[in-house]
Amino acid sequence: MNQPAPITGDLRAKAEALGQSLPALLAAADHLARTVMMGEHGRRRAGQGDEFWQYRPAHAGDAARSIDWRRSARSDAHFVREREWQAAQSVSLWVDRAKSMAFSGAKGRETKANRARLLALATGVLLLRAGERVGVAGGDPPKPGRAQVVPLAANLSDDAAEDYGVPDAAGLVAHGRAVFLSDFLGPLAPLQEALAQASERGVRGVLCQVLDPAEEDFPFSGRTIFDSMGGTLTHETQSAGELRARYLARLAERKDQLQGLARATGWHYACHHTGAPAQSALLWLYSALEGGR
Amino acid sequence: MFANLAFSAPWLLVALIALPVLWLLLRAIPPAPIRRRFPGVALLLGLQDDERQADKTPWWLLALRALAVGAAIVGFAGPVVNPPARQAGTGPLLVLLDGGWADARDWPRRIDRAQAAMDEAARMGRPLAIATLTDTPDLIAFRNPADWQGKLAGLAPRPFLPGKAEAWAKILPEGGFDTLWLSDGLDHPGQAALMAALGGHGSVTIVASPRPVYALHPARFADGKVRLSASRLPVSQETSLEVSARGPDPSGVDRELARGILAFAPGADRAELALDLPPELRNRLTRFEIIGQRTAGAVALSDDSLKRRKVAIVTASAEREGLQILSADHFLKQALAPTAEVIEGGLSDLLPAKPDVIILPDIARLTQTEQDGVLDWLDQGGLLLRFAGPRLASVDPVTTGDDPLLPVQLREGGRSVGGAMSWDQPRTLAPFAESSPFHGLAVPADLAVTQQVLAQPGPDLADHTIAELTDGTPLVTRKALGQGQVVLFHVTANADWSNLPLSGLFVQMLERLAVSTRAEAVSGGPDLAGLTWAPEKMLDGYGQPADAGQMAGIKGEALAAALTSGPDADVPPGLYRNEDRLIAVNALPADAKLTAATWPAGTVVEGLDAPGARALGGWLMALALALLSVDVVAALALSGRLPRLGRAAAVLVLLALMPLPQARAQTPTTPDPAADARAVEATRGIVLAHVLTGNPQVDDIADAGLRGLGDQLWLRTSVEPEPPMGVDLEKDDLSFYPFLYWPVTADQPLPSPAAYARLNRFLRTGGMILFDTRDGDIAGFGGSATPEALALQTIAASLDIPPLEPLPKDHVLTRTFYLLQDFPGRFNTPDLWVEAAPPDAEQAEGMPFRNLNDGVTPVIIGGNDWAAAWAVNGDGSPMFPVGRGQAGEDQREIAYRFGVNVIMHVLTGNYKSDQVHVPALLERLGQ
Repeated sequence: MNQPAPITGDLRAKAEALGQSLPALLAAADHLARTVMMGEHGRRRAGQGDEFWQYRPAHAGDAARSIDWRRSARSDAHFVREREWQAAQSVSLWVDRAKSMAFSGAKGRETKANRARLLALATGVLLLRAGERVGVAGGDPPKPGRAQVVPLAANLSDDAAEDYGVPDAAGLVAHGRAVFLSDFLGPLAPLQEALAQASERGVRGVLCQVLDPAEEDFPFSGRTIFDSMGGTLTHETQSAGELRARYLARLAERKDQLQGLARATGWHYACHHTGAPAQSALLWLYSALEGGR
Repeated sequence: MFANLAFSAPWLLVALIALPVLWLLLRAIPPAPIRRRFPGVALLLGLQDDERQADKTPWWLLALRALAVGAAIVGFAGPVVNPPARQAGTGPLLVLLDGGWADARDWPRRIDRAQAAMDEAARMGRPLAIATLTDTPDLIAFRNPADWQGKLAGLAPRPFLPGKAEAWAKILPEGGFDTLWLSDGLDHPGQAALMAALGGHGSVTIVASPRPVYALHPARFADGKVRLSASRLPVSQETSLEVSARGPDPSGVDRELARGILAFAPGADRAELALDLPPELRNRLTRFEIIGQRTAGAVALSDDSLKRRKVAIVTASAEREGLQILSADHFLKQALAPTAEVIEGGLSDLLPAKPDVIILPDIARLTQTEQDGVLDWLDQGGLLLRFAGPRLASVDPVTTGDDPLLPVQLREGGRSVGGAMSWDQPRTLAPFAESSPFHGLAVPADLAVTQQVLAQPGPDLADHTIAELTDGTPLVTRKALGQGQVVLFHVTANADWSNLPLSGLFVQMLERLAVSTRAEAVSGGPDLAGLTWAPEKMLDGYGQPADAGQMAGIKGEALAAALTSGPDADVPPGLYRNEDRLIAVNALPADAKLTAATWPAGTVVEGLDAPGARALGGWLMALALALLSVDVVAALALSGRLPRLGRAAAVLVLLALMPLPQARAQTPTTPDPAADARAVEATRGIVLAHVLTGNPQVDDIADAGLRGLGDQLWLRTSVEPEPPMGVDLEKDDLSFYPFLYWPVTADQPLPSPAAYARLNRFLRTGGMILFDTRDGDIAGFGGSATPEALALQTIAASLDIPPLEPLPKDHVLTRTFYLLQDFPGRFNTPDLWVEAAPPDAEQAEGMPFRNLNDGVTPVIIGGNDWAAAWAVNGDGSPMFPVGRGQAGEDQREIAYRFGVNVIMHVLTGNYKSDQVHVPALLERLGQ
């Protein structure tokens, strides 16, 4: 059900598919987020929608618009109604939509794309609950409020046609936060470029590599032709089993590169496997965003 | 074996030339790769394989495939090992069968062989004749093979061996013909002559079977044992045959009466077996047969020679002083002892022994009872043999009336001839008339009769006379009485009146009368001669008996000849009867010897079972299939797809190898410390026990319930039970426990037979089981079939439970400790079943109950869930609520009281029932 409808499908079919997938994804993300809220996140804060923090005497320079007249009328001084969360972060989510994410190494295991979307949306839910502004990179600018969840989910459900995704650093809000979820198996140069742009704008964030256990294990042998998901890349081998060690070395090297890249730009990097429960990854994501180390 | 290899489609083998092409083709095609979608391919780009050799099919796979295809090609070509033989030659073909019993061992194969020859002749257009040497020699006419079809199917082996081969040799048809002789491997008279004659007409092919011939000689009786011997051909290694002795059992059904082993020593052609059988059994024997051999030769019919008749000699009531040699029965005993079972005594003692023959030597008068008994016995076929003597001669028939036990009426006094006071010479016997059973016996010249009793002349005297003196006076007379007969010798049984008892003729006469039988008698000789023997049972070639039907009688001389030289078409094997005597003619005479047929040098001798044609095509195709399936696995392995298949195969193999549930081993009686500790614990005091049902909740409640009941017993009575124990019926010894509480669960497994045995022993030795179906809330017990009640029915079906009845009001359970009228547990249904009181229980005088003094009921069955009412927690508080409020607590109290009563009943039995006698006891004690 989580398979997105093809791009070429007619509008109605697409809408229906979206309508079917969205509530499920939303519910799953909400559910996932709720587990984290209960366990990890206990800080006190004002109730949702109530932005009031305190009244303070109006200083010179305060706009007349900002004076709370009702409060001021009860006394002689002028008071300004101060809001606690006005300095909320803008968080941009980027989930790789490329075909490589549609891979699942075993029957019954969800695809990397699904896991990445779930994680992204759950993170979004958590952040929205905490009052942050959340948006999708390359889409509308980040917005606060619970209602933002639905557009987020809709945005995340899109698919792209290319084999490996390219991060979109264009829509990042300056000094905001960003979450990149991808398998990062494609060429590294676009990622480096995106990260460079992001750090130029003071954006810091998280790189979460989502991999299928099959990609970690390389459980193949015999004569095999490997195709990329989109079919653009092909590699033929006589004995896949012999390639395993070298493949794993390359994968480790790729992870090292990603780690180095993240460290250089002040980002966080972690690798998550679709075989593992999503909660741990979500916890890590949330705390990494919070900690802002 | 490949010398006999042929192909049904040999031209197909040409395809084998194509094998190298296949080699080239297969070499060119590497195994197909698998395509996999894999995002990580980006990381693989540029990686080179270490070795690139797998794109050619490995040589062993090639060899495998070439072998598979080759096997298929050869298989399609239809290879046949031992293709059917072709009978060479042209011109008429004579198929000659021996047709005796020796052929019966493999008759169907002989017929098959003859059939094959016939089919071949039909194909070749050869005229054919089929002849059986056991048939009467007849002209041989060659005909169209198809005409012989019916005759061949109708052929059956005869129960004797061919004996007239030279007669066949004389009537062979003119002209040249080939012969196929299906020989039985034995040498028959005239066989060589026939062979020579056949050889003069054309080629002769002999077909002989390698199967050994076993034949049983007639059984003899010697030294108290039945002696059997068998011959065999060819003489080979040590062999043992089982011989079954058969005969009717007392109800007349044919059964095996004994069995023995005939062991042939290596190199011996004859084996002996002695069977020691009691006379009763021996007299019933009808035939011996070699087990597993269905030929007439392997059957030996038994006749009178094995039978020992029971002859009762009635001794005179008053002991007579005198020399033994002068006694009336001395010579009788001498004559009979070797061949018959002789018993002596008073007539009234002998009649119940049901003898075959009763001999009355000079006993004139019998009491009326004895006479009636003898008449009854005669009606059933007895033979009464009487001898004359002074006493018989002195009877005056006028005063005493006719004696029904005499064949003829006698004149008083008898006569004396040739004595000192007589002018006459002693008389001798006249030759026996043809109608006499003694016909054919030679009369010794020195026979002299000096005294005899005389018969009253009458019209039927001649009919009754079977032997007479030269002057025509009867010496032996006979009369049929009912099924039996009375025979009177008009002389004494000792030498007083004649020297007949001293002669050999006397013994022969006794034999002819079937008074005695002798083994030697049946081997031929004079005692058969002169009689006509009626065939009674005939053997067929397979040794199966059949009624003789309308066969004509056989002359005794012919019978005697058949007994010595073997049966033939005129005297086939079987049983022949003359009056009471039975003679068996067996396929093999006593002293016959099996000799192997000898053929002139240069004769073609074929085996009967030419190895059957075996088509190899199927095997080769199967081999090809197997190789191809190996190839499938190998190809998968090469292309790397095997692991998953391997897993599936491994699962299958594991499933196949899944060990069967192991049979429960009988626990050996080795000391088991755990069981010992348990026994010590169980015997430390009184231990209430409950049956472990396997349902942990139920078991816990039962345990807690018995604990609660035990507490109450401690508090209220002198019974101080130890903590309760759970009992596993399958393992634990029940004998330590006086009482078992058995909560019945619906899904309880049935106890094993061993557990049932323990339970029944427990019940029989005074144990008690309280069955609790725990369903009193939804069903009065036995009212509706709850699952628990059904389970209880199944469990109790194999238990040794007496008849039950609902607990009567005066049952001892109502007063063993507390006076109770109902027996609630958690539920309060009145139904409680105990052992039924004996139906004759009486109301005790002055007491409100009956006299029921015996027995502790072995079971109490109810459904009130007592354990739950009794159950206490660790701190002694009730585990479950009972009822509601104070009424509920009252019910719990009654439940405890019921429990106390049950335990008291178990431990003290009917003690309280005995209280009914207290007044009487006190009275007896005198206050």
